[in-house]
Amino acid sequence: MRLHEYQAKELFANSGIPTPGSTLARTVDEAVEAAADIGYPVAIKAQVHVGGRGKAGGIKLVEDDEEARQAADEILGMDLKGFEVDRVLVEAAVDFVNELYVGVTMDRGEGKPVAMVSTRGGVNIEEVAEEDPDAIAREHIDPAFGLHDFQARKVVYDAGVDGDIARDVSRILSTLYDLWEERDGSDAEINPLMVTADGDVIAADAVFNVDEDALFRQPDLAELEEEAADDELEAKAIEYGFDYVRLSGNVGIIGNGAGLVMTTLDMVDYYGGKPANFLDIGGGAKAKRVANALDMVFSDENVDAVVFNIFGGITRGDEVANGINDALAQFDDIPKPVVVRLAGTNAEEGMEILNTELVQVEATLEDAVQATVNIATEVEQ
Amino acid sequence: MSVLVDDDTRVVVQGITGGEGRFHTGQMLEYGTNIVAGAVPGKGGQEVDGVPVYDTVAGAARAEDANAAVVFVPPAFAGDALFEALDAPVDLVVAITEGIPTQDMSRVYRRLQETDTYLVGPNCPGLITPGEAKLGILPGNIFEAGNVGLVSRSGTLTYQVVDNLTERGLGQSTAIGIGGDPIIGTDFIDSLELFEADPDTDAVVMCGEIGGEDEEQAAEYIAERMETPVAAFIAGRTAPPGKRMGHAGAIVSGSGTGTAQSKIDALEAAGARVGETLNEVTEYVEQFL
Repeated sequence: MRLHEYQAKELFANSGIPTPGSTLARTVDEAVEAAADIGYPVAIKAQVHVGGRGKAGGIKLVEDDEEARQAADEILGMDLKGFEVDRVLVEAAVDFVNELYVGVTMDRGEGKPVAMVSTRGGVNIEEVAEEDPDAIAREHIDPAFGLHDFQARKVVYDAGVDGDIARDVSRILSTLYDLWEERDGSDAEINPLMVTADGDVIAADAVFNVDEDALFRQPDLAELEEEAADDELEAKAIEYGFDYVRLSGNVGIIGNGAGLVMTTLDMVDYYGGKPANFLDIGGGAKAKRVANALDMVFSDENVDAVVFNIFGGITRGDEVANGINDALAQFDDIPKPVVVRLAGTNAEEGMEILNTELVQVEATLEDAVQATVNIATEVEQ
Repeated sequence: MSVLVDDDTRVVVQGITGGEGRFHTGQMLEYGTNIVAGAVPGKGGQEVDGVPVYDTVAGAARAEDANAAVVFVPPAFAGDALFEALDAPVDLVVAITEGIPTQDMSRVYRRLQETDTYLVGPNCPGLITPGEAKLGILPGNIFEAGNVGLVSRSGTLTYQVVDNLTERGLGQSTAIGIGGDPIIGTDFIDSLELFEADPDTDAVVMCGEIGGEDEEQAAEYIAERMETPVAAFIAGRTAPPGKRMGHAGAIVSGSGTGTAQSKIDALEAAGARVGETLNEVTEYVEQFL
């Protein structure tokens, strides 16, 4: 779960990391008032959960009331990569001479946290990592001990940070790690960490992502969660509790288990079709979940045919079959053709239970996918 | 022969009195697994399906001579439960629980390095040596004893692969579901090492998926150390970057790492045969044997 910049900055500031003076504004008037209070120049920054806000026009630097009004008016309500901007952060612009990068994340390969520092801040750090991996100094952290002070110093010096600010930067890194650990961060980043002509360091941006599996013990952060769905169907999936990703094809896909559903997507592609979605209904697919899953794919206007593939381990084929029959019986007209394939526990019983007037039944994954792709292709033409 | 579990595996089930724990204890017993004890704080002295329950894992292990633990404890308490199993100690811990906070797993993983215990999971279906023992939630009826080792990051995909193998008369030595989380105990390389050392495993099937670099690292191991032939499958060829496909670890990051293609290329370069479909994987195994 991502925090907004202003929420992350509040966390950082409360821990003692220096941040520029700022105010959150939800209207143009609030923004102009805040800008005048802070004193020009100020930055007006869209608060949405997308990367690359600056390039997309979501961040503007302004010098006076008139410019502030114009910028706030432009940014508030704008569509930024599919998200409507409903609030902006009005923030004192920092006059900097250098931009650093400081971050903490989990290195999944090593199974331990890693602290990262670079003197190439202010740009997309993933690109830096790709083009010039040596430009980022890294220090792995033993989770039993946390980040030792010497390690914070070491990684800062390794990165080539100037000696006169190294102590301040390493202190900020230590604070960032402690915060990451205490608040169950998955990623914590300051990019850029700006260095002023006077040698002050200040967090000009703030990223803090929280481990969703740990929200149960971070109740105040859990409250900040906004269902940041890219579209209506993904929002619906969140409501139903499905793992769902919307894609652009016309073959609807329902299955159980992430790996098998991914494989079904790949098979659709293999047989020349285009997947419309990834939908994992999870284990123990009861009638209600089956009905909800069908509702999801039927609601997608791009879908021309649906493949329903269940491998029952714990999930029983007869239960799924009854669920499909019941769900489809609700319709006078089945909105889109459905091809079903059941395997595993009680699959044979399930296949017999399925009402073949409502669905097409296939015995293997290959046959089911191929049949669905054929139907979808015909419907499309 | 087999790896990690067999007739001599004596299991304590942590969380045996919960819904999942109780149900799957019944299923494991039915399969013939030696479930010798349960462990749930405050429930010592009770019985589940005739299995005695103890307050602590160490107490259960001592009293019933258990050498393995299966964990069905809810995510908020699972990290602690894993430390308890490692402390008991037992030789093998299988963590079925889904949704354990990543930082908890990082600490467990760190502790694990100081022990000789194998941890399988978390967020996995468990493992099975057909005809001998199953530790976890895999459907026992689709497996058949044989000489194909299987290691997979995904549950139902494993079942599909096993179903195909069994249908062609290709039985399995042991099947290990290592789980789809970012931090897991036993990984591909550990599993491949075990299969390579097992005289009765004559071919290995490895099912990977997008995200992380575990498959690429496994490829290096295959190239340098393995004689046993490997057939592989990578799920997620068509997954778009930046979208998490169910498993917490299954994501192609913005910088292009973790793609199916990089994994397929690495495995093929290492001499493994990578099937474009699951049927192709089965065919490769048939050719190996």
